[in-house]
Amino acid sequence: MAEKLMKYADAVKQFDPVIGLETHVELSTNTKLFCPAHVEFGGDPNTQLTPVSLGLPGSLPVLNEAAVDYAIKLGLALHCEIAEWSQFSRKNYFYPDMPRNYQISQYDKPTNGNGYLDVELDDGTIFRVPIERAHIEDDAGKNTHVGGADGRIEGADHSLVDYNRAGVPLIEIVTKPIEGVGDRGPEIAGAYMRTLRDIVRALNISHARMEQGNMRADVNVSLRRNPTDPFGTRSETKNVNSFRGIEKTIQYEIRRQAAILNDGGEVLQETRHWDEASQTTAGGRVKSDADDYRYFPDPDLVMLHITKEHIERLAAQMPEMPRERRNRLQGEWGFSDLEMRDVVNADALDLIEATVASGASAAGAKKWWLGELSREANAKGVSLEELPVTPADVAEVEKLIADGKLNDKLAKQTVSGVLAGEGTPAEVVAKHGYQVVSDDGALVAAVEEAMAANPDVVEKLKAGNMKPMGAIIGAVMKATRGQADAKAVNKIVMERLHA
Amino acid sequence: MTDELVKLSAAQMAAKIKSGEVSSRELVEAHLKVIEAAEPSIQAFLQVSADEARAQADAFDEKTAKGQTEGLPELAGVPIAIKDMIVTKGIVTTAASKILEGWVPPYDATVIEKLKAAGMPLLGKTNLDEFAQGSSTEHSAFGPTHNPWDTDRVPGGSGGGSASAVAAFEAPLALGTDTGGSIRQPGALTGTVGVKPTYGGVSRFGAIAMASSLDQIGPVSRTVLDSALLQEIIGGHDRRDSTSIPAPVRPMAAAAREGMKRDLKGMRIGLVKELGGEGFQPGVQARFNESVKLLEEMGAEIVEVSCPHFPYSLGAYYIIMPSEVSSNLARYDGMRYGLRVMPPADVPQTAANMMAYTREAGFGDEVKRRIILGTYALSAGYYDAWYGSAQKVRTLIIQDFNKAFEQADVLISPTSPSTAFKFGEKMDDPLAMYMNDIATIPANLAGTPAMSIPSGLSDDGLPAGIQFIAPQQRDEVMYKPAAALEAALNEQWGGPIWQSLKTPWLDGLNK
Repeated sequence: MAEKLMKYADAVKQFDPVIGLETHVELSTNTKLFCPAHVEFGGDPNTQLTPVSLGLPGSLPVLNEAAVDYAIKLGLALHCEIAEWSQFSRKNYFYPDMPRNYQISQYDKPTNGNGYLDVELDDGTIFRVPIERAHIEDDAGKNTHVGGADGRIEGADHSLVDYNRAGVPLIEIVTKPIEGVGDRGPEIAGAYMRTLRDIVRALNISHARMEQGNMRADVNVSLRRNPTDPFGTRSETKNVNSFRGIEKTIQYEIRRQAAILNDGGEVLQETRHWDEASQTTAGGRVKSDADDYRYFPDPDLVMLHITKEHIERLAAQMPEMPRERRNRLQGEWGFSDLEMRDVVNADALDLIEATVASGASAAGAKKWWLGELSREANAKGVSLEELPVTPADVAEVEKLIADGKLNDKLAKQTVSGVLAGEGTPAEVVAKHGYQVVSDDGALVAAVEEAMAANPDVVEKLKAGNMKPMGAIIGAVMKATRGQADAKAVNKIVMERLHA
Repeated sequence: MTDELVKLSAAQMAAKIKSGEVSSRELVEAHLKVIEAAEPSIQAFLQVSADEARAQADAFDEKTAKGQTEGLPELAGVPIAIKDMIVTKGIVTTAASKILEGWVPPYDATVIEKLKAAGMPLLGKTNLDEFAQGSSTEHSAFGPTHNPWDTDRVPGGSGGGSASAVAAFEAPLALGTDTGGSIRQPGALTGTVGVKPTYGGVSRFGAIAMASSLDQIGPVSRTVLDSALLQEIIGGHDRRDSTSIPAPVRPMAAAAREGMKRDLKGMRIGLVKELGGEGFQPGVQARFNESVKLLEEMGAEIVEVSCPHFPYSLGAYYIIMPSEVSSNLARYDGMRYGLRVMPPADVPQTAANMMAYTREAGFGDEVKRRIILGTYALSAGYYDAWYGSAQKVRTLIIQDFNKAFEQADVLISPTSPSTAFKFGEKMDDPLAMYMNDIATIPANLAGTPAMSIPSGLSDDGLPAGIQFIAPQQRDEVMYKPAAALEAALNEQWGGPIWQSLKTPWLDGLNK
């Protein structure tokens, strides 16, 4: 059932979109938020448990101090007010993946409130996203529905619950309604999420891998005719877990809601899901303001007291923030603004930095990550980080080129070998016997043969027109199956011409 | 021999262990014999863990033989019974609810770890009102416990099992939990001593939660000194309970021993005007008044104090307690442990329906009543009017206590308005049942320590209790006058109250 959509350009001309993002960031603490159960991605189901994370009778939560410090650091990075006293409340609702049937979350007294995040857009504009709060809460377990068509609960014949994730600490960062986005809502949301991701990684408080669910967002969108009107009814698209998904959700919701409003209809207040396959959002539960979680302060926990001194101690440990780091690296690498933006947009900053740290030049590192490897990642539909090639591999290839042991063509073949799982660059080179033919008899013979086969080219070269040199080099490459060093070929030709 | 042995106080049993007159195993065997003889009429236990108790006793006796008991607490080797609201590794723990029937915990409560470390064998798990919700033990899903003083009467509740077990000599000591009087009121109704320590004084880790901000584990015994010795073992800071107070254990046994000298000169004892008089059974009030006189004779200065907000405590309690109950008991849903009831075939077989059918079948009426009350009180739009107001009352009650403790070192009142009532007498009238806790609830709301000791027999020949309340974290302050009064009453009555108790189940045990 295709929904009626308005063209995006028309929608944002006729309506003023307001967006809001609730981002869950899973913290990378060693243990859970309220018990010493070890946390690790990918463990066997129901192996990372204690009586507390299973909510066994008699068990009690004890707050993980590391998680609080992580939250404070994020609060500082988001320019939040850090509350001297904050409190955990119980959010009561029944769901099979919730061991206690209540979530422990911060309600009316969050640790971080009232901040902002400046994000840089493609054209260099800085947009300030207002932050309402960044509070601490524990995650639920994970349900797996078996036997249904697409892993959804509908049609499944049974479900499995894994409580490993139950109790893992989360920070939920809630923006205030983001107004004044105009036609740039998707771009602003994408830039905000990436900036947030970069900050979280710089702080080393989360792996922040969206594909592993370390970071996911609920996307709120509403439209109104004029910026001075009250907010329109919003939809909330839950658990979108890719940057592009978030951008497309916003775009889709703006188009969908514009079509409804344009026809004189009313937008339902509901939760929706982003469906990657159809690139649409689908309606879910109709949400009313009457949803009642019966919040009350958790009597098992005391109020959280954070002293000024403690905040100052953590502030002193704050690492360089991503934007400062970007500016510094741009200077070190000598990239233009445009080049730097390409690097950032390709999510290649960390990779290039690591490649440079492994000995490559900045230009060389950029050439690989933004060229060959970006194409490969796009073709496979994965992120650069997920490619089976490391910055050290890239640096090694670059060194082989600099040492004259590989030419461009062989270097590409070597990288292909690494991507194909054939081993490190050195192993791939050894396996295939890649080697630049430079100064042996075979090369001289190949050059002489090529010159003999192309007398007209030789004439032009002798006359000082160097343009057709490529034809000779091409013929030599062909004869040596690409192993010739172009510089060496050039040199031999010049010697022959002037002999 | 058995008869004499089980009637000793825990401290006396410990002395006999130390002198080599008796082994821990012999004490366990003697109590197991009494349990076997008494249970048909008393029904204090839900589980008797005879094998575990014997193994623990043997291990302790072996340590004694090797001279490795140095540093263990005074009560080392003395057996104890545990209210089935406290989790015990490997021993079925049910909270007297069908929803947990057969559940074997994979871990020990902190207090159980401490008892095991002290070499105190666990005799078994005692009966209670389901999830500690009730004042008569009639709300147990597994049948009521009988009062040893009159088996047609209730032992009080929720900790009727622990109180009856200790009163009937099935155990010298027991642990209870007290949320609104569940240790003290059964103590009063069975002629035993029951203590609710300062909130945070004893770890709640492993105590099945009823109302987390009110629950506290505490001792049940036949003498004041025994409770003091036991509280010193189970008390102290525990990192696994965030509400546990990081402070050393108070010198309670020393205070009890000091009290036994019956010199209370310099101590100001406050009579709480609002707790007593109207609504209190004349015999209970008479024993209380006599106790006051004895305290005065021992040199205490008796002052009357007023706690004007106490009349609101029952109302506040019946908002706060069910609110917390509604949330704490949400976890019993059939998903992970305990009872699971699948919906009938014509109902969709969903997780939500399974939870609903499980909870419908697994919880008793009183538990459901409180879950419904609490769910309502916490609802959006009602929160401020109910829960919010109740918390304000709580603050006023704490202020009342603070003012009272400026005028008096310790406060006293009758523990319970009446002596033990008959089965069924209050089952159809929840409000009458709730009134049982009118005098005990303020201490829970304020987190202050409080204890009940026998004040004598009422006109009906049944035990009555007197309550002592001390300031927060000053538990030792109530032990001194309590021990003094106990000694004075023993002299007045020619021995402890249980001398008047008929114990047909003990007859013939010595043969």
